[in-house]
Amino acid sequence: MITHYPSKRAVLVPILLYAQDELGEITDEAIAELARRVDLTELEVRNVISYYSMMRTHPIGKYNFQVCTNVSCLLRGGEGIFEHCKKRLGVGNKESTPDGLFHVEEVECIGACSWAPAMMLNYEYHENLTPQKIDELIDGIRKKESQ
Amino acid sequence: MAYLVSHPDEVKVVSKRFGMGATNLDRYLELDGYKAVQKALKMEPDAIINEVKVSNLRGRGGAGFPTGMKWSFVPKQSPKPKYVLCNGDESEPGTCKDRLIFEHDPHSIIEGVMVAALAIGAKTGYIYLRGEYRYLVQIMEKAVADAYARGFIGKNIFGSGRDLDVHVHSGAGAYEVGEESALMESLEGKRGVPRIKPPFPAVVGLWGCPTVINNVETLASVPHIILGGGKWFADLGTPKNGGVHLVSISGNVERPGVYELPLGYNFKKVIYDVAGGIQGGRKLKAVVPGGSSVPILLPDEIDAPFDYDGMAKAGSMMGSSAVIVLDESKCMVKFALRVIKFYQHESCGWCIPCREGTDWIKKTLTRFHAGHGVAKDIDNVKYLADNMLGRTFCPLGDAAAMPIISYVQKFRAEFEAHLDGKPCPYEHADEPALV
Repeated sequence: MITHYPSKRAVLVPILLYAQDELGEITDEAIAELARRVDLTELEVRNVISYYSMMRTHPIGKYNFQVCTNVSCLLRGGEGIFEHCKKRLGVGNKESTPDGLFHVEEVECIGACSWAPAMMLNYEYHENLTPQKIDELIDGIRKKESQ
Repeated sequence: MAYLVSHPDEVKVVSKRFGMGATNLDRYLELDGYKAVQKALKMEPDAIINEVKVSNLRGRGGAGFPTGMKWSFVPKQSPKPKYVLCNGDESEPGTCKDRLIFEHDPHSIIEGVMVAALAIGAKTGYIYLRGEYRYLVQIMEKAVADAYARGFIGKNIFGSGRDLDVHVHSGAGAYEVGEESALMESLEGKRGVPRIKPPFPAVVGLWGCPTVINNVETLASVPHIILGGGKWFADLGTPKNGGVHLVSISGNVERPGVYELPLGYNFKKVIYDVAGGIQGGRKLKAVVPGGSSVPILLPDEIDAPFDYDGMAKAGSMMGSSAVIVLDESKCMVKFALRVIKFYQHESCGWCIPCREGTDWIKKTLTRFHAGHGVAKDIDNVKYLADNMLGRTFCPLGDAAAMPIISYVQKFRAEFEAHLDGKPCPYEHADEPALV
């Protein structure tokens, strides 16, 4: 990938995200390793991480419910979906369940406006949501994980 | 996966391969794929630019800058390499059209990037997708790999002796990166803080080199223009507003979706005919015609052509053609609060008017909507927004200020109805989710 660009650091944003997908978070070790590979200081890498809302340096629940409440979703009940997720899982915004299975966060527009209300479950889009659909998703995950 | 809709008044150009399996390269070739780039290879760069100028194609990302003119600003002789950059950071609330192009017709984007590269003399193109669009990054990467495998991109494309590389790049969650110079910073591996202009990207862009940056839909329109001719495309619209555009319709309508309409199509018909009218037979309260950053329109302002000039005349902007419809049961103060909350979250904090303005408006409206507002808050919100306009490096400050000013101007009575500790008049006990 590094050969696609005239500068090494150009790979930083996508690589950090791929590292996070692999490790569950962007760890200190990953930051040190990436900094070394692209000739930056660790501080410079952390400076980039803090800008992007998808990047994080702490672990979260395995299944991340990212519920959009921006205007198009708001007009079709996005807030209710967000409240339902929090209530069903017993967590607040940007919190994980104690078993480490679920995480809920309110996110900005995810580009699913015509199919609102919508959310992303990790990288998977779920659209035209209803509280029932949320329940089915949660139940499905619990069943899968208990097997 | 986003589902597709259609309407008899649609004129399908960019969307003509949607739902036809065109992610498969062989299928794409059956559907006139990679013919435009082969034609462009036989044309002089100036002839390509001229065809795009004739088409009247304007940027579909929101700013509406004439595409052919943008390309012509790139210096012909440059000691530095040149780049083409496809802006797929689609993040403007209400906008979900580029997603469909990535999902259904990825090769048309590659072809658009290639034609632009031939026009300006670039050897490398980058397609930048927002980080949330991971499944689309995968579709795009496969399309690029397939095109490389056939020799359509890479060394000596189509036996022409010319080299042209195309790479896919992913972001990681940032609205502001949709601004062209911020996107370049992001692609260079930095925080997406915008650069001061001038110099413009056409002269000093990626890594300080001349760069053309266009929206996904803009670039996906280009192969059709090369094949069908600029005049054909221009004639699909009205004399000053050429072609067709993808319209993302969301909010309280019966048939939300992405429709491809000729420019100049009546805006009222977009809502009442194409989108099937207001949800549940309720009345229209207001409509945002071009994504959350443009001024809102009232029901008596919508009988106008849906194009750049028509929307400007009506007092708003066509923006990214993202139509957000509000029915009569929705609270404008709540809507305003959600809009400013977004811009406050996305402001990078580089320019003080934007950083402080969005934050103070959010704080004021939060208190106001909760029933603790005082009369001077209403003017204060407008005052703060007025003082952001034109005072920031990038358009994010304007994008936050313009809609807020319009909400206060057009719905002052509704703001006043929230005064004196009264609860929000729109909060319905039986449907808390819908406000």
